[in-house]
Amino acid sequence: MTWTNPLTLLRHGWTRHWNPDRPVRTVVSNLPFEDLKKREQPNRRYEGNAIRTNKYRLWSFIPMNLFEQFHRMANIYFVGLAILNFVPVVNAFQPEVALIPICIILALTAVKDGWEDFRRYQTDQQLNNTPCFIFSRKQMCFVERRWKDVRVGDFVRVLSNEIIPADILLLHTSDPNGVCHMETANLDGETSLKQRKVVPGFSSLGEPFQPQTFDSTVVCENPNNNLNLFKGYVERPDKRRTGFGIDSLLLRGCMVRNTDDAAGIVVYAGHETKSMLNNSGPRYKRSKIERKMNTDVLFCVVLLFFMCLIGALGHAIWLETFSSMPSYIVPDSNGNYTPSVLAGFYMFFTMIILLQVMIPVSLYVSIELVKMGQIFFITQDVELYDEELDRRVQCRALNITEDLGQIQYVFSDKTGTLTENKMVFRRCSVMGTEYCHEENVVVPDRKLILEVDRQMASIQTGPYLDFFLALAICNTVLVSSVTAQRQRVRVNVADLAGAERVGDVLRALTHSTKTVKGRRSSSYSGGSFHNMRQWFRKCGLGKVFTSMKFFKRGGETLADPFSIDEDESDGFHSSDVSDAAGGLSGSEEVCYEAHSPDEAALIHAAKAYGFTMMERTPHYVTVKLPDEALLKFEVLDILTFDSTRRRMSIIVRHPHTKEIIMYTKGADSAIMERLGNVFSGDKIKCVEQWCGWKAVCFSLKVISEQEFRAWSAVRQEALSAIEEKEERLMETANFIESSFTLLGATGIEDRLQESVPETIQALRRAGMQVWVLTGDKPETAINIAYSCKLLEHEDLVFTFSTSRKVLQCQLTNASVPEQSLICVSQPVSSGKLGCIGLVIDGPTLSMAMSDELVELFVELCKHCRAVLCCRVTPLQKSAVVKLIRQKLRVMTLAVGDGANDVNMIQAADVGIGVSGQEGMQAVMASDFAITRFKHLQRLLLVHGHWCYSRLANMVIYFFYKNVAYVNLLFWYQFFCGFSATAMIDYWLMIFFNLFFTSAPPIMFGIMEKEVSDSTLLSLPELYKRGQHSEGYRRSTFWIAILDAFYQSLVCFFIPYWTYNGSDIGIFAFGTPMNTVSLFTIILHLAIEIKSWTAVHWVIMIGSVLVYFIVTLAYSAICISCNPPSDPYWIMHKQMADPMFYLVCILTTVVALLPR
Amino acid sequence: MMASSYNAKDEDGHHPGSVGSGGPGAVKSKKPDNTAFKQQRLPAWQPILTAGTVLPAFFMIGLIFIPIGIGLLVTSNNIKEFEIDYTGVDMFSPCFNCSQSYSWNSTSACTCSVPFTLDQPFESNVFMYYGLSNFYQNHRRYVKSRDDSQLNGDKSSLLNPSKECEPYRTSDKKSIAPCGAIANSLFNDTLELFYIHPNGSRIAIHLVKTGIAWWTDKHVKFRNPGENNNNLSIVFQDTSKPVNWRKPVYELDPSDPDNNGFINEDFIVWMRTAALPTFRKLYRIIQKKKDNMTPTLPPGNYSLEVIYSILEKRITKMKTQIKMLRFTVFLRSVYCQIHKLPELSMLKKENILILFFQLQNLTFISKFYLLFFCNYL
Repeated sequence: MTWTNPLTLLRHGWTRHWNPDRPVRTVVSNLPFEDLKKREQPNRRYEGNAIRTNKYRLWSFIPMNLFEQFHRMANIYFVGLAILNFVPVVNAFQPEVALIPICIILALTAVKDGWEDFRRYQTDQQLNNTPCFIFSRKQMCFVERRWKDVRVGDFVRVLSNEIIPADILLLHTSDPNGVCHMETANLDGETSLKQRKVVPGFSSLGEPFQPQTFDSTVVCENPNNNLNLFKGYVERPDKRRTGFGIDSLLLRGCMVRNTDDAAGIVVYAGHETKSMLNNSGPRYKRSKIERKMNTDVLFCVVLLFFMCLIGALGHAIWLETFSSMPSYIVPDSNGNYTPSVLAGFYMFFTMIILLQVMIPVSLYVSIELVKMGQIFFITQDVELYDEELDRRVQCRALNITEDLGQIQYVFSDKTGTLTENKMVFRRCSVMGTEYCHEENVVVPDRKLILEVDRQMASIQTGPYLDFFLALAICNTVLVSSVTAQRQRVRVNVADLAGAERVGDVLRALTHSTKTVKGRRSSSYSGGSFHNMRQWFRKCGLGKVFTSMKFFKRGGETLADPFSIDEDESDGFHSSDVSDAAGGLSGSEEVCYEAHSPDEAALIHAAKAYGFTMMERTPHYVTVKLPDEALLKFEVLDILTFDSTRRRMSIIVRHPHTKEIIMYTKGADSAIMERLGNVFSGDKIKCVEQWCGWKAVCFSLKVISEQEFRAWSAVRQEALSAIEEKEERLMETANFIESSFTLLGATGIEDRLQESVPETIQALRRAGMQVWVLTGDKPETAINIAYSCKLLEHEDLVFTFSTSRKVLQCQLTNASVPEQSLICVSQPVSSGKLGCIGLVIDGPTLSMAMSDELVELFVELCKHCRAVLCCRVTPLQKSAVVKLIRQKLRVMTLAVGDGANDVNMIQAADVGIGVSGQEGMQAVMASDFAITRFKHLQRLLLVHGHWCYSRLANMVIYFFYKNVAYVNLLFWYQFFCGFSATAMIDYWLMIFFNLFFTSAPPIMFGIMEKEVSDSTLLSLPELYKRGQHSEGYRRSTFWIAILDAFYQSLVCFFIPYWTYNGSDIGIFAFGTPMNTVSLFTIILHLAIEIKSWTAVHWVIMIGSVLVYFIVTLAYSAICISCNPPSDPYWIMHKQMADPMFYLVCILTTVVALLPR
Repeated sequence: MMASSYNAKDEDGHHPGSVGSGGPGAVKSKKPDNTAFKQQRLPAWQPILTAGTVLPAFFMIGLIFIPIGIGLLVTSNNIKEFEIDYTGVDMFSPCFNCSQSYSWNSTSACTCSVPFTLDQPFESNVFMYYGLSNFYQNHRRYVKSRDDSQLNGDKSSLLNPSKECEPYRTSDKKSIAPCGAIANSLFNDTLELFYIHPNGSRIAIHLVKTGIAWWTDKHVKFRNPGENNNNLSIVFQDTSKPVNWRKPVYELDPSDPDNNGFINEDFIVWMRTAALPTFRKLYRIIQKKKDNMTPTLPPGNYSLEVIYSILEKRITKMKTQIKMLRFTVFLRSVYCQIHKLPELSMLKKENILILFFQLQNLTFISKFYLLFFCNYL
């Protein structure tokens, strides 16, 4: 299916040739050249904005589609056969008829492809004709045009909530700060707003945009598909250069938000835009069954070869027995007889034609149809529908449904997959003191509030204040107003009746006790955890009451804590609600658009303590303090987050003290290693103890004016660089981010999704190994692993996070006495076998996967019940998946939700994307997209099992069907001198496979239900059948073939004995055989079908009826239409003969007796 | 909203399986319909095979087969069949001479008479078949070698037969009618039956030569060209006779215009090629006596007169004896009440044995299942 438009290829080829000369793209305004002819346009070399994603054009449809279809081996085979029919020595009955099956198959596929392509064409047309505003020099204003008219160099204006037609370099916005927001949901599914800035120097405040005055040249890189990278500069006529980056580029397909209008110059258009370059079609995966099936098809070919060989030899020998030719051996047109050896040689090919049905013609088409049906039913499953997101399960890969039923290893991401990825602020530590918070809710801690108040009152600065200021401003969160037309459902709980509130309190209380219990049960034998549990219980239970008190003190409405408790599922969202109800600022509701859930959690936490970020522009951040005072910080620079540094910083000037302060936020390790002076040993210790939670540390650094200026110069230089920009930026960032003062740390918790432990248990009972691969630190991961029952308390847990040599020792030692360990653990865990957990971290993993250790590692993993890999990079994730997949030759499934899981999802046999908080990238890369982890259980255990057993049975049945039918012809060869005569009319033979016996197996493949879904869910062990490929094995295949041989023998020889020596004609002899094999084949399926619905009955009986109707009609009409086998009146004659019925009944019963 | 129609996912349109994005009505829930069909919850009949259901089923099938078997056995016992071999390979065979001394161009036919004795009377209509063994009428190229539209009376095919007929398509630059190898090898021995009265006189038995072909073949599939032109020699004037034939097609039965040309029933019967190398074809019917008192063929001595034609080398230097062509004549009558169904008589002993074998099998398998389930329980 992966296929690139030749035009695209051509284009790629052309750009490739062209690239070395011009590594950059130069764009100038089109306006001065507006009246010139196309040839003289400076930007003529660049693509227009019209897109064409359809593969074919009207005139090229047939040749191109055929060309594409002939990439399939099967199709070539059939065409080869059809051509063979036209070779005269082969003596085909009617060569033209042989073309019918292949033509039908090709036509069906072509129609399908054509329809899909037409749909694409329609979408393209719709897009190309979308209106947009282009600046025209003649009219001196923006005029309405179509998307397809946009060219590189044009000036385009986009209004609020409009879609951006091409990649536009932002030159003007209506926003006074030169900012424009865009939503990239169409691109990556992230609903958060991204801020884009006007290219420095072009933001002329208030003035209307005047493109005609634009006289600079835009130089930027050639089109690429990196959505987060773009660099270039604008060169003024006076050779002054201004650099810009991705934050000045409006991407095609995104939507402008919160900005009345934005305008800019088009730099990439059409297929060269970043969104289009990112648009790759779905991958073509081949399922395990299909691979196996292909080898079995090869077996069939071998079988066919032998049968033809027998035919050829038989014919040669048969001819040898005659010393003079009897009159039934027809000489060729010259009256000569072909020598027997040559005749035998020719006969080989004739036999191929006769027995070609052996290779199941319709199998491939049928499988495609069946998979479409299966996918239809999967997507229709109401149990996999998510009410909250209004999303069904999505099947993005069309041909691996049955692989869902064969999974042996499940690799799961942790964050967002096992957990909600809705971060909840749980605790913080300032000045070495810990403050804890209620689960789900940001309810400020009383003691902490007091501290803050005290500092507020007295000194106006201090670590507490700084801590919360850092919390509030050190992020990239955008503030958007309610008027931003966001479609979000807000629960207004402010008007709840009093009685309900009491109920809510009670519910919240019971809930928290429950969770405490749950926590306790998931604890493991570690001293630190025990402590934490104690601590947790203490604060967890007392929370609701303290929070109530607090809110009274704060003069807030009583509704707040309750309303927050009410909305348990949505931690930080609910604080919006509390805002609305409580009305901190009274008038305006503040809505945060955060890049990551952690940021949202932190900023909402800060807000809960009264530090509300009110506004963010590129140059200022405004924060409201608890005493309603507004602090407006001037933002000097922002060092954005990246995964190597794992921290971000914001450099601001304090409005009062005018000091330059850098607030830095980052993962604990990223901050701790760069601390200037160690604040207190206690604190570090306590951060390490927060094993369940993601720890984020905040730190501060006061920078002197000179230091900043010096650094800033270097920074600017780095920013405008085109080469090695990233490296240089990183360098500057690392330079300034050192010798911090630690302010405090926060602990953010990520809640488990519902029924994750149950799902993992079920998957495990189904025989799947569940691995968790996470980028998180080991402590967090282990904690989650315990709470989701991945690890049990009785489990023996090996933790590998050691240096190379030790690891080697461990590996060698661990894997050898493995069995004895299991034996020891057996009585302890009361019958549970192999309860070994392995925890390994990223660096150690890369050692373990080095060449000399990899075998040992895999060996060890095989014995582990659960493996937990922490601190692994996306690349390592996919490496692990590939390793297991290749070394153990197992079916792997990877499930993840974020961009960091994309590699893993693509590496696994089946990739599943969880459409969660982190955008759509994982979903885009996946084969199936679900919304909750628990859906995996039903998807695998029910649909996987069904799809697998259905398809396996259907494939087997198809082989059986074809072999059984073909062998009838083969046995006949022994009675016609191996002359490749068919006793069945050729048309009926074709119809037999195409119409009479094709619908039942397809229905069987789509609708068969061996075991009900409730049984499958309650007995996950049933899944093992698919894992061990028990539905479709080599032995099953051969048994089916043997069965086919037996049945064909019966179907041939009973009529043979009946009619032997009688005056039966060839085709009259074939008719009962055809009928008998139809009955046998249909009834064989009827025995296989385990549950009969109305559809089954209709199709089964319908097939038989269609057979009789078609055959009767055909033999009533065809007097001399199909020489030599004109079936005129044969069927009628036969059906008037009681013998016919006797033979039919008898043969069918005998044939199916062994079943 | 535009947002939903412009969707990066949809743009490549490659996923007919995936649920399209909401479209203009984004409000519309994507919740699947909770219908029995879509949720795969259609009421289903799930037959569970247990000893309790399987055994009675088997016994029922067995019971059905018993009367059929008995009926067939009775019918088969009522069939009387007499077979005469006139191949003439045997030295003592009366046709030995004919089979040895043949020559392609001899104008005089060789005649031999085979005496035989019927011990029992043949009642009702007696069907006379000729049988051939090891004659592969089903050979692929042989089967192909005919032109059905020519036989259907098509004028153009008459003069320009199908290429399939090669090399029996034209002779002497005239098209052959009927063309092809099948027609060329038409069985043209003439068989006559005489009753030798105890007093020594030979009484010719009247053999009916019509009614031996399928009605549809005679009236629809095979037609003489030239519509109602009764003078067939004019119709066929531009054609040539098949090379092996002694006389042209319009002289097959000059006595009866309805049995001449392509609609000659002997010809039609031959043209319906046999399925197996050992076959018989209906030759004549001996109609029962009008009075119904005397049998059609009373017991006694008979003589079969064979006018040998040089259709085939009966004895060639066969490498194996099996390959030898064998010519036989069958006399067969069905003496029973159900001679409305004469074809039933085709069922032979073998098949009835199979039926009984089947019954045996059923009981055996039932026992096996019973044992199995007992053990299982």
